[in-house]
Amino acid sequence: MLDLLCALCVITGALFIAIAGIGILRMPDLFMRMSCTTKVTTLGTGFIMLAVAVKFPQIEVISRALVITVFTFLTAPVAAHMIARAAYVTGVQLWEKTSVDQLCNRYDRCTCTLESCPIVDELQVDGSVASERPRNEALTAQPEDAAAPKEVIE
Amino acid sequence: MNALCALALSAGEFVLAVTIFLAFVRLIKGPSFPDRVVALDVMATVAIGMIALYALDSGEVVFLDVALIVALVAFLGTVAFAYYVERRQVKTGSSD
Repeated sequence: MLDLLCALCVITGALFIAIAGIGILRMPDLFMRMSCTTKVTTLGTGFIMLAVAVKFPQIEVISRALVITVFTFLTAPVAAHMIARAAYVTGVQLWEKTSVDQLCNRYDRCTCTLESCPIVDELQVDGSVASERPRNEALTAQPEDAAAPKEVIE
Repeated sequence: MNALCALALSAGEFVLAVTIFLAFVRLIKGPSFPDRVVALDVMATVAIGMIALYALDSGEVVFLDVALIVALVAFLGTVAFAYYVERRQVKTGSSD
């Protein structure tokens, strides 16, 4: 019975890790790759540690498996967040079909700070906003591409 | 250890090896530097699982300590790489 449970945990963890392997190769974007690998490898390792704890039911083995699992669950999001932040700040391109970029125009490259309001080029004389510089050109080019076929149809 | 458990362990080790290979392909290909850091992180995490599977296979519980150390070093390495990527951009202004 315990052997069956151990085999089941190993198979489940291996399947989750296989999903991570497919995702890191096939996803189109750094941030999507991180999204599918970080969570899934953590869960897969947790399942394999559960298999270890089921297979050797001694207190020292279970405590070690628990320590490894808790450590992985604590550190993987921190590491992923740090890489994602560094990648976004250094200007890694998003996927061209990304529709929501909530940090767009909110990062100042000179002072390296994030603002809650969009950073604009300059204020005109009457106080209205002159122009907002798009961070990712593909994001702003997309609505024009989407609007172009509509005119052709009409 | 019955045959079912041995079969599951063999299949799991094979799948994890394939995953490490796929992450290595991303490490070679990766268009940007953070891509490669992510691939290294995935390889380290899968290596923890591989060590645990080997501990299951051989019955040597001592390998779990190795897995713990690998987890520690992988986290430190990832954080150091992320810090380096950010600092390098501030220092040189390059966007790659």
